Amino acid sequence: MANNQNSDNALVTIRNLSFSRGSRKIFDDISLDIERGKVTAIMGPSGTGKTTLLKIIGGQLTPEQGSVHVDGRHVHRLKKHDLLKLRKRMGMLFQSGALLTDMSVYDNVAFPLREHTQLSESMIRSLVLMKLHAVGLRGARNLMPNELSGGMARRVALARAIALDPMMIMYDEPFTGQDPISMGALVHLIKSLNAALGLTSVIVSHDVQETAAIADYIYVLSEGKIVGRGTPAELEISDSKWVQQFMNGNPDGPVPFHYPAPDYLDDLLAS
Amino acid sequence: MFQLFESLGQSTRESFAKLGRSSLFLLNTLAGVPDTMTRPTLLVKQLFSVGVLSFLIITISGLFVGMVLGLQGFYTLSDFGAEESLGVMVAASLVRELGPVVSALLFAGRAGSALTAEIGLMKATEQLSGMEMMAVDPIKRIISPRFLAGFISTPLLAALFSTIGVNGGHMVGVGMLGVDDGAFWAQMQASIDFQQDIINGVIKSIVFGFVVSWIALFEGYDTIPTAEGVSRATTRTVVNSAFAVLGLDFILTALMFGDI
Repeated sequence: MANNQNSDNALVTIRNLSFSRGSRKIFDDISLDIERGKVTAIMGPSGTGKTTLLKIIGGQLTPEQGSVHVDGRHVHRLKKHDLLKLRKRMGMLFQSGALLTDMSVYDNVAFPLREHTQLSESMIRSLVLMKLHAVGLRGARNLMPNELSGGMARRVALARAIALDPMMIMYDEPFTGQDPISMGALVHLIKSLNAALGLTSVIVSHDVQETAAIADYIYVLSEGKIVGRGTPAELEISDSKWVQQFMNGNPDGPVPFHYPAPDYLDDLLAS
Repeated sequence: MFQLFESLGQSTRESFAKLGRSSLFLLNTLAGVPDTMTRPTLLVKQLFSVGVLSFLIITISGLFVGMVLGLQGFYTLSDFGAEESLGVMVAASLVRELGPVVSALLFAGRAGSALTAEIGLMKATEQLSGMEMMAVDPIKRIISPRFLAGFISTPLLAALFSTIGVNGGHMVGVGMLGVDDGAFWAQMQASIDFQQDIINGVIKSIVFGFVVSWIALFEGYDTIPTAEGVSRATTRTVVNSAFAVLGLDFILTALMFGDI
């Protein structure tokens, strides 16, 4: 499969990346591009290291081999100061939301502004209300994180992630454990924010339907390799059995239903 | 047999690695302290939750320790007809030993365990990681203010403990057992040396505050981010703090008072 993306327009370029945890190889020589202004999805079954990939892009983990460039900068060769500067331009939405539990919704969204800017409180207030309005939670600004539902927490985290007007946002499993309504709200938000703010979005997910609905380009990972890539329509008609199983959610296929085990009958009769 | 050596080597390596991590952690924390000074609101908030909220346990414990010292001291001293020296005995034991040591142990149990659990849960819920991704250094923003607060609070709490304790001893000795009021204070005033007793006690509690805050914050930061990991880290904080405080107390006492 040829890389049919125009890499001149790539915001993130990953080349020959390898990473292992203990003796387990999580990534084995993968290369991919994330294009500017697009919504790129990285999909794969649980435990394929999708979150790890986001942490590598954000410079929280260092790969054993290969390079990661974000906006032309080699993430893992940056000095700490430059890395922090780069991170201000990258938002990340954690699966849990990662809201600071000792602060209200308002203060959580104000947090990056207060840490990184010298803006006056009235300016911060306007910005926070704008960001909260964008995610539909302006009215919830005085709630504490423990009073929010999972979907609301994620939307607050999204408001916080866009507080500094980043160039890209990384979403870690944004749809997991959401009811259909908040799932719909998040799908809509990711798509519309990407267009309205001119962002680049990276979604890591295994929710095929929702992700396929908003992604411009999808990479499918399995066992440390990229096993499929293309637009959602292209993947739909992919001739890879593996991609077919994943996209359609078939219980059995190249990924077997049964964890490797001795013969069933032998196992039952053995005492 | 080989397995024994293997696991021995493994655990030795692990403890050295942990020693290295904790030293690095301490250096980073100390490097963040000047930043904390410029943001007093963060420090004040931590001083409240670490220091002020420990007031009650320190006050009550100090009172009872002082009262027990008064009772025990009276019965021992009266055998020699020296009950007038009760004030000296109570004050010396509190200022030199019990004040710094017991308040550090209580501080580890009350505030240290809370710090470990708080930091550990922040790690488990990805709050620390989230902060890193917002280009905020969690050590500077979260750890350093708490460290400084613990470091400042412990000597003050120890002083409070000793003061309340002396009054507890006075209450029992003078109020209930009939030791002469004037002799109680006068002998104390004459025998307790500012440099030798009080300053040395303060130095002890400064050292304890440093070590207990370090242990508590490091265990939280280094925790395995699961429910079990946080619970173990909290236990380790209390146990290791107790060891460190009692061990250091011996060393410091030997250096200060013993002519070794």
